Amino acid sequence: MNAVAQRKEGAALEPGDLRRFDLRRLMALVTKESYQALRDPSTLLIAFVLPVVLLLLFAYAVSLDAKEVRVGVVLESPGASAQSLAAAFSGTRFLKTQFAHDRREVADQLVSGALRGYVVIPQDFEQRLAQRGAEPLVQIVTDGSYPNTANYVENYARGVVQTWRAGLDVAAPAQSVVLEPRYWFNPELESRRALIPGAIAIVMTIIGTMLTALVVAREWERGTMEAVLSTPASVAEILIGKLLPYFVLGMLSTLGAAALAVFVFGVPMRGSLAALLLLSAVFMVPALGQGLLISSLARNQFLAAQIALFTGFLPAFMLSGFLYEIDAMPAPIRAITRAVPARYFVDSLKTVFLAGDIWAVFLPNLAAMAAIGALFFAIAKRATRKNLE
Amino acid sequence: MQANAAMAATPTSAVAAAAVVIEGVDKHFGKVQALRSLSAHIHYGRLTGLVGPDGAGKTTLMRILTGLLVPNAGRVTLAGYDVVRDNDAIHVASGYMPQRFGLYEDLSVMENMRLYARLRGMDADRNADLFAELLDFTRLGPFTKRLAGKLSGGMKQKLGLACALMARPKVLLLDEPGVGVDPVSRQDLWRMVQALTDEGMAVVWSTAYLDEAERCESVLLLNQGQLLFDGPPQQLTAQLEGRSFRLENVGAERRAVLTEALDLESVSDGVIQGAGVRVVLRGGAQASQIQALADRAQVALAPVPARFEDAFIDLLGGGPGGTSQLAERLSPVELGSQIAVSCRNLTKRFGEFTATDQVSFEVRKGEIFGLLGPNGAGKSTTFKMLCGLLKPTAGEAHVVGHDLRRATGAAKSRLGYMAQKFSLYGLLSVQQNLEFSAGVYGLEGNTRRERIAEMIETFDLGEWLSATPDSLPLGHKQRLALACSLMHRPPVLFLDEPTSGVDPITRREFWTHINGLARKGVTIMVTTHFMDEAEYCDRVAMLSRARLIALDTPDALKRAAANVEHPDPTMEDAFIHLVESADREMEAAA
Repeated sequence: MNAVAQRKEGAALEPGDLRRFDLRRLMALVTKESYQALRDPSTLLIAFVLPVVLLLLFAYAVSLDAKEVRVGVVLESPGASAQSLAAAFSGTRFLKTQFAHDRREVADQLVSGALRGYVVIPQDFEQRLAQRGAEPLVQIVTDGSYPNTANYVENYARGVVQTWRAGLDVAAPAQSVVLEPRYWFNPELESRRALIPGAIAIVMTIIGTMLTALVVAREWERGTMEAVLSTPASVAEILIGKLLPYFVLGMLSTLGAAALAVFVFGVPMRGSLAALLLLSAVFMVPALGQGLLISSLARNQFLAAQIALFTGFLPAFMLSGFLYEIDAMPAPIRAITRAVPARYFVDSLKTVFLAGDIWAVFLPNLAAMAAIGALFFAIAKRATRKNLE
Repeated sequence: MQANAAMAATPTSAVAAAAVVIEGVDKHFGKVQALRSLSAHIHYGRLTGLVGPDGAGKTTLMRILTGLLVPNAGRVTLAGYDVVRDNDAIHVASGYMPQRFGLYEDLSVMENMRLYARLRGMDADRNADLFAELLDFTRLGPFTKRLAGKLSGGMKQKLGLACALMARPKVLLLDEPGVGVDPVSRQDLWRMVQALTDEGMAVVWSTAYLDEAERCESVLLLNQGQLLFDGPPQQLTAQLEGRSFRLENVGAERRAVLTEALDLESVSDGVIQGAGVRVVLRGGAQASQIQALADRAQVALAPVPARFEDAFIDLLGGGPGGTSQLAERLSPVELGSQIAVSCRNLTKRFGEFTATDQVSFEVRKGEIFGLLGPNGAGKSTTFKMLCGLLKPTAGEAHVVGHDLRRATGAAKSRLGYMAQKFSLYGLLSVQQNLEFSAGVYGLEGNTRRERIAEMIETFDLGEWLSATPDSLPLGHKQRLALACSLMHRPPVLFLDEPTSGVDPITRREFWTHINGLARKGVTIMVTTHFMDEAEYCDRVAMLSRARLIALDTPDALKRAAANVEHPDPTMEDAFIHLVESADREMEAAA
């Protein structure tokens, strides 16, 4: 064997030409990482199948709109006016009404969950209506264990009664101000349109934070990190070599999800593609930074997954304004959301899809994401040393 | 620029002679002291063994040498560079193969090599001849496209070596390269390392196997972070000259003879070697006691050359006594038949791959039966089928009369199983582990309390009851695992690589118990990588490529391998001989 002897004469690396940063070494690491990502079915599953599943879920399974809510109408009064009010209830497409003559019938159904509420038109309805000035008494009973639906039933039932009363009492003075509500950006108020852009932020968080934390932890677990650390490769090369492929993967996944949103789910795209890409690219900074930070703390995949779930995925899900409106949260929680990078991304995504390129919204959000990202990277850099201590 | 400045600190001539200089190195992790004031020199052109049991501090020292750990005190230079100050230079001057070889399993052989070449500033295209030579040297040429994860243990190790050898390191550091590698592959590695040291490279080989230590030119012997010996292994062995003997052809009574010998005051250590018993006398002791024992047993007593292991055990103050407290308490096992375990045409296929191919044998009651074979030969698969953990594809297996295909539950309640690495519950205390295994084998009430108390007393676990298994010394951990698997007094005990990584003293103690159990009629099934452990077995089944290639007593297997080159072959020689001739037959048939 004379491999060693040969190498002594060969143009091997001399200690003298050591460099802190070497593009060839970086490319070698990027190539390796890309092969691994492409060969690992779970990576591709997370990057390309998971977004589809999530979008489908938010498009069809999760709906914050109340449609066809089952409501009972108890008609205790046989009078004509009562009949016409009952007809007004059955005439709306937002409620699905079921008629009864005894409130006991529907009370049981409310308890069993078959109905979400019921309206009682009482026996003395006609008399009260006949007395001038006295309001007809209609009772609305709702299921308080579903507070949103209960609110909705109450408001809607109130609306039905008022509309019916206005139509009945022609003699009543005309309202001086007529409110005609108009919903911008999402005229049909379909929650799907608001949810799908936000779902992209969830997908990016999973790829940026969870996947990155996992793949670094995997290197520690399998002992390959130790081998790479013992080569001349520097920490910066190892980290960038790790992040670059997942940055590209995240961007590809965003593009795929955006295409799906626009062409399959009919979400409008009122802003520009360039803005979407810029926003996504900047969001990858805190997402990857967080993944890196987790991986410098947790050196096994289980722990890394747990930390990524609690510090990355859940906040992105609950505190980003994706599912729950931030304005509706109590002040302390609202303050916490400011530290969640996904919050700025969800806001920007909704804007770019539903409103357009509004740089007054984008710029502060971009700045916030970049700042949080820079902080994560700075901490991760401090926490990562080129040894096993 | 910073790196270049460090480079300017060229090796000073005083230390240039040695490849590695270690001066007063201390290293602790929290309260655990991993290395204590260690000083040694490692030289170029030599194979230096870093020898010691698990937890001795081998890996810690290796990592300090490669600059991956920083010592708490003391100073280390490698090829003249300080491992802390000139960290970047260390990574150029040294090649390091960590445990498990540091390979990317989802990359191919060639992709792994290219990666490490580029990380070390080389290129496969510009250095094509080097690549060709490394592939030739490691005989990996035909497998360049295969994923590293699909390679056998031996091939992985060679690939790891090729990756560590990129860019001509001055010092090559191999962390336990022999683990998980069968003797045939290990032989290849010795040959490769020999070639490298001949070229002037310093090679450090860490190992827990003392037979590997014997083959190194120089050893650093570590135990609990302390250096016990630094020098050629022969020098240490020479101190033991004239103290090693063998009682020849003791035959069936050898376990009783060993027990008696170990209980003698003048004997420090003893093991079974096939039909014989090998003993080592204490320093300054006379051979009169052991001679008397030989006379009583009517066997010959012959002096034998000392081994490195004898010297190691002597340094540690001798092995344990010969009487097993555990076996003393056991009443002899009564079985309906003389056959405890049997299998006929046992076959297991995973898809296209046949892991076990028509294996048949019978194990008698009270026999110690060994399963040996290279990695991937199918011994684990066979073993798992016999203790009911895997369902055979074809063929049948019986344990104490129960058919494993039909009465798996009944069979399992009649066998004890001790898995590799002990498989204790790390989050439960010692007491809770004992309670759990008693519960899982259905012991209740008084029996349960008595049995647990008995195990605690026998294995001397009293002071550890509230500790977690991981905080126990290795020997106690092993005792606990054995206690758990014996809780229900099984007539058959399965041991899956019970002593890998365990220090030789703990291993002796373990075999004392096993020998005691066998004498009470407990049948022992064991897989092992340690060739000298195979010597304890009554019979050994040798597996290779899923087939049973030999089944005989250790002595008969050794005799069959004897030739001009090896007139008195070791178990390892026999193993290599058998596997290679089976391979030749396979190739001839194909």
